Amino acid sequence: MTTLFTTDHEWLSIDGDIVTVGVTDYAQSQLGDVVFVELPKVGAKLKKAAAAAVVESVKAASDVYAPITGEVTEVNEELVADPALVNSDAGGKAWFFKIRIADKSELDGLMDEAAYKAHTG
Amino acid sequence: MLAREPESLRRVPLHDLHVARGGKMVPFAGYDMPVQYAAGVLKEHLQTRASAGLFDVSHMGQIALRPKSGRVEDAAKALERLVPQDILGIAPGRQRYALFTNDTGGILDDLMVANFGDHLFLVVNAACKTQDEAHLRKHLSDVCHIESLTDRALIALQGPRAESVLAQFAPAVASMTFMDAGPQTIAVNGKALACFVSRSGYTGEDGYEISVPAADVALLATALLDHPDVLPIGLGARDSLRLEAGLCLYGHDIDETTTPVEAALEWSIQKIRRSGGERAGGFPGADIILSQLQTGATRRRVGLRPEGRAPVRENAPLFADASSTSQIGKITSGGFGPSLNAPVAMGYLPKPQSPGAKGVAEMSFAEVRGQKLPLKLSAMPFVANTYKR
Repeated sequence: MTTLFTTDHEWLSIDGDIVTVGVTDYAQSQLGDVVFVELPKVGAKLKKAAAAAVVESVKAASDVYAPITGEVTEVNEELVADPALVNSDAGGKAWFFKIRIADKSELDGLMDEAAYKAHTG
Repeated sequence: MLAREPESLRRVPLHDLHVARGGKMVPFAGYDMPVQYAAGVLKEHLQTRASAGLFDVSHMGQIALRPKSGRVEDAAKALERLVPQDILGIAPGRQRYALFTNDTGGILDDLMVANFGDHLFLVVNAACKTQDEAHLRKHLSDVCHIESLTDRALIALQGPRAESVLAQFAPAVASMTFMDAGPQTIAVNGKALACFVSRSGYTGEDGYEISVPAADVALLATALLDHPDVLPIGLGARDSLRLEAGLCLYGHDIDETTTPVEAALEWSIQKIRRSGGERAGGFPGADIILSQLQTGATRRRVGLRPEGRAPVRENAPLFADASSTSQIGKITSGGFGPSLNAPVAMGYLPKPQSPGAKGVAEMSFAEVRGQKLPLKLSAMPFVANTYKR
């Protein structure tokens, strides 16, 4: 399994053609206490860079963008029930949704962990 | 086009303390202010409700109105030209919430007015303080010296343990009740600080606001923060606390276009200034405000509880039903209430005034990301206040 990162502070864990998407620990530290998460519907067809999910802290709402084009195969209902998971385990239990990737070349421009670390400085 | 210089932010006297304690600094009303510290908004909010929190509100304006005659009644009477409140009726050592109104009955600012015996002490909003001071100078200079107390900082200690903490430095504050206000000496490390203390705040909790010489504020704040019951609290939690307390934020829930009656602030206008009262009217917009006090207004600020988990935020349009496309109102403050563990909001909705008409509708719908979310009308405050009466 490979993990890649976007400049919008999302992580993608790639397992064959299924990509699990979440937000990074850096993102959660910037968001603050997360109190609400809205996820796409299973079966939804997401377009790269379109708003796919919403994450809200006490103070503000932020969009989570689809990092790639594809169909949603699964969403994390546990996260909807317990949005604070984003703060406690952004890179693990707080995954947002899984997408079946349509075009693997879309992964080409993404960062590996070292590049992402350099990006967030 | 010429590049514009970034606007320089003003710093409060506690700036270095905020930064040293991990404050996340953001621009607010022209000042560089801590929106939160390391604990985060949620924990800071709950800390204030459970124990005590220290807030820096030094960006707010502190103004002394000193009567030229030496009689505080003259300053009080003069201030009544600008506000619909009974200022003459504020006893020495007491404080009252007031509103500067305009000729159309709108609100120019909300403020606190305290009677310090020989002068009045005003606390006004940061974003309005320059215009407030000019307004006072224009209308009251015949009667008062208007002194902007720029050499003072203002901090608030709020929460159920505020009394026991502050009383360690100033035993007399324990016997103050809600809206008592006056000079108090606070002793820190053998140094006597000349403070003005009021038993008030803007969180819905018992607590104090403390005006302290700017040169001494770091000493006092450090002493209070050294107490294990106290944590520093940023503007983020200040906002969620005041929202749960049902209190208005100027520029959001009230402004120049909202009248005190529309804003559900009738309680702040005493009988003596209303029609039939001994000193009825005589403030800007009196004709409109006095008439609305008798007949009501066609819209009203109300508390709203979203039925789902999604926060409904400022400027979300409101609708009468889920399928309606004609907007009937809007949210003016909204977010997540940590003490309620639920979203909470306030906004303006129509209030039909025809004979026999019902009040504000029990249910309304807010449009959020293209969806209409149901909201239930709610009494305010959302969280019961704990003022020491």
